[in-house]
Amino acid sequence: MSILDRKIEDPELKRATEGLSADRIEQVINSVLQGEAGARLKAYAETCMRCGMCAPACHYCVSHDMDPSYSPVGKVEQTMGLILRKHGRLTPDEVYGMAQLAYTECNLCRRCVHYCPIGIDTGYIISTVRRICHKLGVTPLYIQDTAHSHSATMNQMWVKEDEWVDSLQWQEDEARDEFPGLRIPLDVEGADIFYSVIAPEPKFRTQLIYQAAAIMKHVGADWTMPSTPGWDNSDMCMFTGDFEMMGRLKRSHFEAAQKLKVRRIVMGECGHAFRSVYDVGNRWLGWKNHPIPIVHSVEYFWELFNEGKIKLTGKYEEPVTIHDPCNIIRGRGLMDKLREVTHHLCSEVIEMSPTREHNYCCAAGGGVINCGPPFKGVRLEGNRIKADQLRATGVKTVVAPCHNCHGGLEDIIHHYQLGIQTKFLGDLIYELMEKPELE
Amino acid sequence: MQLSESWDWEKGERVVTESLAPMPEHKWQEEIHVSPDGETAAAIVCIDDGEFGLRMNDTVHDNTFDKAWKPGFTPDGRFCALVQQDEEWTLAENGEPWDERYGFMWSPLFSSEGGAVATAVQQDMAYGMSVNGVAWDTLFENANGFALSDNGKRTAAVVQTRSIGQADLISFREGVFTVAVDGEAWESTFMNAWDPVFSPYAHRVAAQVRLSLYDYTVAVDGTPWPIHFQCTWEPCFHPNSSAVVAPVRQGGKWGIAEDGNMLWKPVFFNCWHLQYAPDGSRLYAIVAPEYGKFTVAQDERAWNVLAPVVTELTVSPDGSRAAALGNHDNKAWHVMVDGKVWHGRYDMAWKPVFSADSRSVGCRVSSNGKYAVVVNDNTVGGEFDKAWDPAFSPDGSKVLIRGMRNNALLRIVADVPR
Amino acid sequence: MNAFYNFATGPLAWAAFAVFIGGSVYRIWSMIQLAKQKEAAFISYMSLPHALRSIVRWLIPFGTLGWKENPSITLATFLFHICLFVLLIFTPAHEVLWSYAFGFTFPVIPEVLADTLTLVVIGACCFFVHRRLTNIQVRYVTTGKDWLALGIATAPFITGFLASQQFADGQIMTLLHVLCGEAMLVAIPFTRLSHALFQPLTRAYIASEFGAVRHVQDW
Ligand code: SF4
Ligand code: SF4
Repeated sequence: MSILDRKIEDPELKRATEGLSADRIEQVINSVLQGEAGARLKAYAETCMRCGMCAPACHYCVSHDMDPSYSPVGKVEQTMGLILRKHGRLTPDEVYGMAQLAYTECNLCRRCVHYCPIGIDTGYIISTVRRICHKLGVTPLYIQDTAHSHSATMNQMWVKEDEWVDSLQWQEDEARDEFPGLRIPLDVEGADIFYSVIAPEPKFRTQLIYQAAAIMKHVGADWTMPSTPGWDNSDMCMFTGDFEMMGRLKRSHFEAAQKLKVRRIVMGECGHAFRSVYDVGNRWLGWKNHPIPIVHSVEYFWELFNEGKIKLTGKYEEPVTIHDPCNIIRGRGLMDKLREVTHHLCSEVIEMSPTREHNYCCAAGGGVINCGPPFKGVRLEGNRIKADQLRATGVKTVVAPCHNCHGGLEDIIHHYQLGIQTKFLGDLIYELMEKPELE
Repeated sequence: MQLSESWDWEKGERVVTESLAPMPEHKWQEEIHVSPDGETAAAIVCIDDGEFGLRMNDTVHDNTFDKAWKPGFTPDGRFCALVQQDEEWTLAENGEPWDERYGFMWSPLFSSEGGAVATAVQQDMAYGMSVNGVAWDTLFENANGFALSDNGKRTAAVVQTRSIGQADLISFREGVFTVAVDGEAWESTFMNAWDPVFSPYAHRVAAQVRLSLYDYTVAVDGTPWPIHFQCTWEPCFHPNSSAVVAPVRQGGKWGIAEDGNMLWKPVFFNCWHLQYAPDGSRLYAIVAPEYGKFTVAQDERAWNVLAPVVTELTVSPDGSRAAALGNHDNKAWHVMVDGKVWHGRYDMAWKPVFSADSRSVGCRVSSNGKYAVVVNDNTVGGEFDKAWDPAFSPDGSKVLIRGMRNNALLRIVADVPR
Repeated sequence: MNAFYNFATGPLAWAAFAVFIGGSVYRIWSMIQLAKQKEAAFISYMSLPHALRSIVRWLIPFGTLGWKENPSITLATFLFHICLFVLLIFTPAHEVLWSYAFGFTFPVIPEVLADTLTLVVIGACCFFVHRRLTNIQVRYVTTGKDWLALGIATAPFITGFLASQQFADGQIMTLLHVLCGEAMLVAIPFTRLSHALFQPLTRAYIASEFGAVRHVQDW
């Protein structure tokens, strides 16, 4: 089996590869390899022992009965391996396959790092393949559209500037009925917290903004949200391989916060955005660390519980399980804090196996879910193991503090008919916290 | 003439308003803003559910609004806020709403003397700008990157010239974005355009444009430079020649191009926030000579004080001096002036301010929740619960400190420490 | 014959060491130069404590997720590498050469043990061969380079064992053993065996990223 045996029709991949000549492919690939790739790629390509130890790491491979074309090294072999073997002289068809594989069959979840004795970061290699695909102009339709949106509006969903502010004011209005005096303070200079979200929140999930505002009110936080571009912390350009745009987006996000002179950025429950802000986008801009402290919601909630600021009326009685989002667990080590917060909120937590930093990815991350409907099946078939993991816990609620994980898990739950509901920590806190008595 | 000439420069401390505490009859009071001359403190107050007023010192204006946000003072001291009445938005100046109403209004911009107030507007889902309430003749599918020239005469924004369908990559590639100046779009369109900037007398406009997914350059009055780069940041006009400079990325490193040709070699890990001396004799920028280490460079020469983060580059009026803020690993901010680091370390610091004679630098700072103003590395006026940026007298001998203690707005004029 | 043997254990051995050391230094140096030139950013994240922590961890059999989930290859890998180093240094015949070359002596392991360990290594190599042929994961990605590396790594042990058993003409076998050993040394910097040089670097890098930046273990 190889990627070319399972090609999926994507209008943009088709259009883009049709226009490619072998010379152009070769020239673009080699310019990226010579101009941008360096010691890591060289060392990885040379020292990978082809031992196959990474195969059981990958949910795609495990879910496809250990089909070797889905193993991390098997995927590298069909992409970067192919490039190096053929010195960049790929056929358009091979480029199609390479793009499909890189964008939809690897979540850049880095689980395989825990398996490789050499320490090879397959996610990095696949990112480099994506960078090449971007340079060739070969990217799946839907994710490319989000990249365009990012470039034109500095947010992922073509949200216009008035729509953004209007959504916040609308949520503020709504929430005032339940929490008199509640504010979503806009552009407050010198606030302690700059709260940033991803564009799907104002677009589809305004309830999350409502909840965040309610929690901020409950704990008496000194916080603000920007009315200006930079409010969206998401970043699909990082995943398409458009690193120049990634840099622009992260600059806009960080400078929006710097301009407001806030002490730190607290981000909503999103994983990929955290990755982009925490240790990817900042690097492209020359900042070794993020130029403002970055706190993911999980960590912020953990702080709030530790300081005794959240008053609950009770605990969530049904048993829950915890899904560890790659980008904040393998990407930031928040597994203990996530557990502590969940235990504060829920009476019974049944762990999945494996769990914590060894947890399987949701298969939506790394931009895969953003490649849209054509590739939904790739995620579902490619993550049977997650369905098995979830089913084995026997619970009916899974806590997942990440947007992509929600999307991915919900699809899996539906497809495998697990009858489980997904919850953000914010959902649970909002549900369980003491609320004002309304007359 | 400087606006500050008419201000009260008599030395001493004066209580402007005894108490800015929220008034008991109000549900809440929002953040306090203080006029540049320090004579007025203002805030949005919530009078009742869905009823907002504008408080200035001890009085609340009679006009009330369904919503109010984005309060701020113009440089000449008028208190502005965006307000909504009957589902329509306008701007209220000192409590008086403009006659013009729009579907939405945001991003107020003030000219340097305060005469012009521009905003972004949306009317019937068409987008553009207004100046003193009057909208552009043509509104567009979308607009962002709003700019008002210093002299308040012209406005510019990035606009989308036609609507494109969902996931319409083809139209996007053909280019549906450009810059509109005073509502008139440039003839050429681009894949992207960002951040238009005006020349000093607002005769010309430059913006970054992306011609393909990979080709970035600068367009001046609609014409892109013939040379393209891996990336660019916002351009900057030479004050008294026709030249335009912009940070550009080449071979993975940043330098500065002038009219498309390299002016500073691309050797930096980043290079941005360009600023000319007002006479054009010097060019300053924030640069990263090493990975993760930033500083200020003047004419391609970097200062040798490096910090992981450098912001708020400010050039003195005579162009000979520069100041900026540095931060070490998100722990403490410090002020850097002419390549030297001041002693103080702060939780937060604001953009440095130069005196008109370029001899003094002042900076608002905060630590442990308290605010102070530091002038030439000395704290002036003591600690405050809140403070605003300092301002210098026209002759540069005195400094005005605006601060709040125990809810009282204080106005302190002191000698500049040297 | 004797002259050639002397040549093989004398000048040729020194030459092999020279190529090995020189080649290794060059490879590592040029890799670091490349990293400095193109990936300066990434070098700056190197953290020695995290690197060491991870390297030690990965030196413990079954100490990491990867080792635990692949028990047979783990066993074979550890046996292979441990025996390799023990045999390389502590075999009586090697000790003679070491002391001849560097002028100091140290205790050795009994011949029988040496033979047993050699058989263990050969067994491990057989397992590697078997696995490359039968495990679909591995077969899918196996290339000529992998067979070459395996061949080079196995040959000294087979010849060494045969030599110690005085197989055929013991002297020829010994000579072959010496030549194979030297071939392996020379091959280290230039084949897949270069993992011996680069693994500490790749491990150190990813360990630093995981440990120091992302605050999570990489095992
Ligand atoms: S999806 Fe995760 S485990 Fe699989 S290859 Fe990609 S990074 Fe490795
Ligand atoms: S575990 Fe590492 S060395 Fe082995 S095949 Fe996978 S990537 Fe290569």
